[in-house]
Amino acid sequence: MSRALVTAAVFVVLAALPIWLESFWLQTALFAMAAMIAAIGLSLLIGIAGQLSLAHAFFVAIGAYGYAYLAGEGVAPLLALLGAVLLAGLAGAAFSPIAGRVRGIYLGLASLGLVFLGQHILQNATGITGGYEGVAVEPFSLFGFSFSNTDPDTLVILGVPYGRLERLWYLGVVLVALAVWYGRNLVRSRPGRALATLRDSEVAAAVMGVDVVRYKAAAFTVSSMYAGLGGVLMALAFGRIVPESFGFVLSVDFLVMVVIGGAGSVGGAAAGALFVTALPLVLNHYSGSLPLLAEPGTGGVGASEFSRFIYGAAIVAVLLFARDGLAGLARRARKERVA
Amino acid sequence: MSQFISLLIGGLFLGAIYSLVALGFVTVFKATHVINFAQGSVLLLGAFVIGRTHGSLGFWGAVMLGIAAAALVALLIDAVLIRPVRRADLGTLAILTLGVDILLATELTREIGTDVLSVGAPWGSDVVEVAGIRVAESRVIAGGVAAVLVAAFAAVFKFTDWGIAMRSAAEDGETASLMGIRLNRVAAAAWAMAGALAAIGGLFLTSFPAAGVTGGVGLVALAAIPAVVLGGFDSPSGAVVGGLIIGVVSVLTAGYQDELSFLGRGLGSVAPYVVMLLVLLVRPNGLFGTKEVTRV
Repeated sequence: MSRALVTAAVFVVLAALPIWLESFWLQTALFAMAAMIAAIGLSLLIGIAGQLSLAHAFFVAIGAYGYAYLAGEGVAPLLALLGAVLLAGLAGAAFSPIAGRVRGIYLGLASLGLVFLGQHILQNATGITGGYEGVAVEPFSLFGFSFSNTDPDTLVILGVPYGRLERLWYLGVVLVALAVWYGRNLVRSRPGRALATLRDSEVAAAVMGVDVVRYKAAAFTVSSMYAGLGGVLMALAFGRIVPESFGFVLSVDFLVMVVIGGAGSVGGAAAGALFVTALPLVLNHYSGSLPLLAEPGTGGVGASEFSRFIYGAAIVAVLLFARDGLAGLARRARKERVA
Repeated sequence: MSQFISLLIGGLFLGAIYSLVALGFVTVFKATHVINFAQGSVLLLGAFVIGRTHGSLGFWGAVMLGIAAAALVALLIDAVLIRPVRRADLGTLAILTLGVDILLATELTREIGTDVLSVGAPWGSDVVEVAGIRVAESRVIAGGVAAVLVAAFAAVFKFTDWGIAMRSAAEDGETASLMGIRLNRVAAAAWAMAGALAAIGGLFLTSFPAAGVTGGVGLVALAAIPAVVLGGFDSPSGAVVGGLIIGVVSVLTAGYQDELSFLGRGLGSVAPYVVMLLVLLVRPNGLFGTKEVTRV
């Protein structure tokens, strides 16, 4: 009962937030939400299924560009969203002959190939992706209500004009909530337990009747679909997407989010995503008032570099001192409070 | 035809450089079971030190210092960060080195900024021409150095006490340790060697025909990963062969770019990864890797 109450309270607060937040914070939050969804997918793949992937940015790109293309071709935005997620899932399934056969670290390194292949395709398939110039993303709309600055042209709630960012905020909150809910259930479901067994011992899993190849492929597919959904939201938040945003760096970012959050934990992945996405943006926003940080190009430590230092150090610290990440720390804190 | 042969030879020379970097990966993996993503930034560090100091120390002094710096940093990564968590699983260790790579690469890229540092190599931009085939002199030297180093590596591995210690540590760490082999020392040596190899690879990757030391060189070194995966992660000879294949493939695809234009521009940089994916599809453990056998 109290749990439901807390959840309800959280949603009320989330629903009210756009009234106060400035556009910078809304934009940051949208990027973070997109990253959260994709990071949850990767966390399930790494923590539950035990498959390391460096290709996550590739599937995020498929979601983002898939939506941009479909919606650009005049497909209804909701269908375009579903289509993009499906497309990412199909790409994941197509990779599964490799994912199913190649184990552990080989998989991680093989998936590295996909990121570079993806970059190549994005740069060259100019008809669909617009090449390095990128492509504009059609705004999302639902039942005639557009998540942009028009249609309805003016929407004022409690004296606050609700533009594109405010409206997208709600879409983001709903999508993240769905992603968390589905992820939590998946972990506790029969397939989730099968995957966890697979992670701990393939032999044991096979003996228990788990179809190893099929489950591995399925895990990769689900994780890719998460990436795809994250990609769609990212595309909507950007408004215009370019190949550069979906390179090797993004893949590493996702890995970092999962590690910092604690692999296998849905909430941890979301927290990690928030940290990794928001840190450089927030530091950059306040770089003028932070005496430590130098202007870009002056040779000092700039905001983007400082945030990379912090999160490089965070990975090292987490892996050395708290292997199970933020989720593990939270778990331990809770235990201590009970005891 | 002559274009093909000259591309092929150019590719083999480039591949020789990748082989060196790849050999470093494999050495570290065999000795400590770590996939070392920091190899790229250690390579950049070596090249950076050479680029910064060759003015004051002279080229050879700078090369020595660069190699020493890279070896020392690699050794420190192992001793300070990897050793406490030696028993962790592969993925954890790999991500740990990725974190180190982020730190080191960010600092180096910041130091370099938008500069392009020259490594000041005495062979400059000379080109060797034999029977109508033109190859940059630095690449020929790289090929020679790589051949010597690989041969020396193989000999050391095979014949010296140190090589035997290393092989037994890779085979079965626990038994080796019971036999009095100091695993930490073997690990330190392997890491230092990988660092030195990376620095030498970095020197050649940044001298002519490449522009010089830029922040992006660390990413170029990532191309050694397909080489290692191709060869099989635990096979030194596989690393060498994989390096050569990657070199040839990337030079050939770049050279025939116009004929292959339907596949898009800039094919040379992705071709290694495509080849890696194709090989893994057929041989999940690479060309020369040990097949994983599961015993119940």
